Amino acid sequence: MNAVWPWVALAGLGAFHGLNPAMGWLFAVALGLQRESRAAVLQALLPIAAGHALSVAAVIVAISVLRVFFDITALEISAAVALIAFGLYRLVARHRGRAGMQVSGAQLLLWSFLMATAHGAGLMLIPVLLGMPIGDAHSEHSHHVAAFSSIGVGAALAALSIHTLAMLAAAGAVAIVVYEWAGLAFLRRSWINIDLIWVFALIGAGVILLVMALR
Amino acid sequence: MATWTPDPTFYPSARMAMQAPAEKLAYMAILSVEGTEPDALGVVDLDPQSSSYGELINRTPMPNAGDELHHFGWNACSSALCPYAPHPHVERRYLIVPGLRSSRIHILDTKPDPRAPQIIKVIEPEEVHRRAGYSRPHTLHCGPEGIYVSALGAPDGEGPGGILLLDHDAFDVLGRWEVDRGPQQLAYDFAWHLGHDVQITSEWGTPNMIENGLVPELLLGSKYGHQLHVWDLRRRKHVQSIDLGAEQQLVLELRQARDPTKAYGFAGVVISLKDLSSSVWLWHRSNGQWAAQKVIEIPAEPAEPDQLPPLLKGFKAVPPLIADINLSLDDRFLYVSCWGTGDFRQYDVSDPFHPRLTDSVRLGGIVNHSPHPASGPLNGGPQMVEVSRDGRRVYFTNGLYRAWDAQFYPEGIKGWMVKCDADPNGGLKLDPEFFLPAEEGFRAHQIRLEGGDSSSDTFCYP
Repeated sequence: MNAVWPWVALAGLGAFHGLNPAMGWLFAVALGLQRESRAAVLQALLPIAAGHALSVAAVIVAISVLRVFFDITALEISAAVALIAFGLYRLVARHRGRAGMQVSGAQLLLWSFLMATAHGAGLMLIPVLLGMPIGDAHSEHSHHVAAFSSIGVGAALAALSIHTLAMLAAAGAVAIVVYEWAGLAFLRRSWINIDLIWVFALIGAGVILLVMALR
Repeated sequence: MATWTPDPTFYPSARMAMQAPAEKLAYMAILSVEGTEPDALGVVDLDPQSSSYGELINRTPMPNAGDELHHFGWNACSSALCPYAPHPHVERRYLIVPGLRSSRIHILDTKPDPRAPQIIKVIEPEEVHRRAGYSRPHTLHCGPEGIYVSALGAPDGEGPGGILLLDHDAFDVLGRWEVDRGPQQLAYDFAWHLGHDVQITSEWGTPNMIENGLVPELLLGSKYGHQLHVWDLRRRKHVQSIDLGAEQQLVLELRQARDPTKAYGFAGVVISLKDLSSSVWLWHRSNGQWAAQKVIEIPAEPAEPDQLPPLLKGFKAVPPLIADINLSLDDRFLYVSCWGTGDFRQYDVSDPFHPRLTDSVRLGGIVNHSPHPASGPLNGGPQMVEVSRDGRRVYFTNGLYRAWDAQFYPEGIKGWMVKCDADPNGGLKLDPEFFLPAEEGFRAHQIRLEGGDSSSDTFCYP
């Protein structure tokens, strides 16, 4: 049963990113409204998801490679420090996307890649990829590591796919509902500061990872 | 500091912004007529329930004299919701107030007390010069990735004029906006079609051409601005010039369609050398090319030479002098200020190619000196106009630019601010209760409304 949790976490993080207006569904809706075309909404979602996937893939590849060379505890401590540092950086970072409304698919992909990377979308996957235990038993911990490392490339691809599909599904569902029925007025009240939540999630995950690693 | 939900004054679309609550305060640029005392940012009470309705309730003096406050704007607005550069958790809080003559840029905080803004930062002219190479900052708009400020020229008073960028957060001068300005030299106003990644700019004159007054030889020689410029907003490149004709002098205010899917807008031209008429032009895109055509022409009115200032005596006519225009958030009503004749007009521009005059009022004017119900004869004329977000209230003041005021109204303009009530189906009525005379020795210019107005925000969604 516990072996399922990393996959649930990967999908959940994907859905969380998908729901974030700054990660692309809002851009897709805007392009649809500008061109008065539902097809434009759908067409925009694919490059947006692909850009997101590329950003996350970079993290997955990096972790996979590092796992070959480094001890898991050293990796966990480094990742924990990186998460906390990035969270603190996000607290003061001021990122503005650079694009416009007349964008090609390739430009959308690049935009999405940059937004996801600046956001640190892939970083939160690190604890999951390292087999962060949901419970606290150290044996379970090792078990997850084995579940991931033994499958290698297959597991990495599966992790990327499940994350990206969840992201695309969430973003697509919101985009269509907003474009077809809901409209954008709700953004005025409901666009909560996800960046702020994300800062605390990054730092929190980093702290938990650190505690686990040092125990 | 970041907020938890978006600033309540940010609206995805102009249509939604029309549902905004009525404004209760106006901010107003107040300038010293002689330039000897510091200018100020004034606060006017617009709440009809208040005992100080229509009165100046506060003034925040600038640290120096001689700035010549003119136009100003907000640090952030509805463009913060744009999908490609979202940053909705900032506040519409700071007013950026440039001095057109001094090139000093003041940052005022309206949050601790909206009725008494406080200066929190002053960017000295040297910094503007050094970092952007520009001087005489004019129009200001909050964009998706920075604050844009147009500037009339270089520090030595010559051209080119252009646009400089201010950082959204710390209000540092980031530098010159243009990557490739093409043939553009003169600058004045600018407007965005955010849905099309297009910027339009207009032309007045370099500082040396305007600061000692309108120069008749330059005007008669068609040396003042007569073009519109179209820019690629993303690549910061000039893409097209639209010449309205050399006789169309002083292409000033630009008001683009508030719906970002529409690719048209209106430009006011102060004077035609052919017949002293004023005009409004529609710029629009057809078949990938931008073009402009005259859609409103207002003729000069015959006058006796002894009624006219020296500059106009020979012409025996008073030109309308369209010095400002504004467009309601539903793209339906265009307001046109005729500073020379005192005419203030409302046009229905539902069909932008065929504006229909729906109503007008008269106040001041070089010849008429038309009175307000609450005043005697007035001088100056309708000038800087601002429209409430719901489109039902229209406010305007009567000063143009100090050195030019003295040429057209040599007796000395007595400043005032008034309000009209606008009927949603067309129609304009002066509010008889609202007449705010300027303080002795001062004159008013641009008005900005609390929470935003019809020209303060640019939108990314239709």
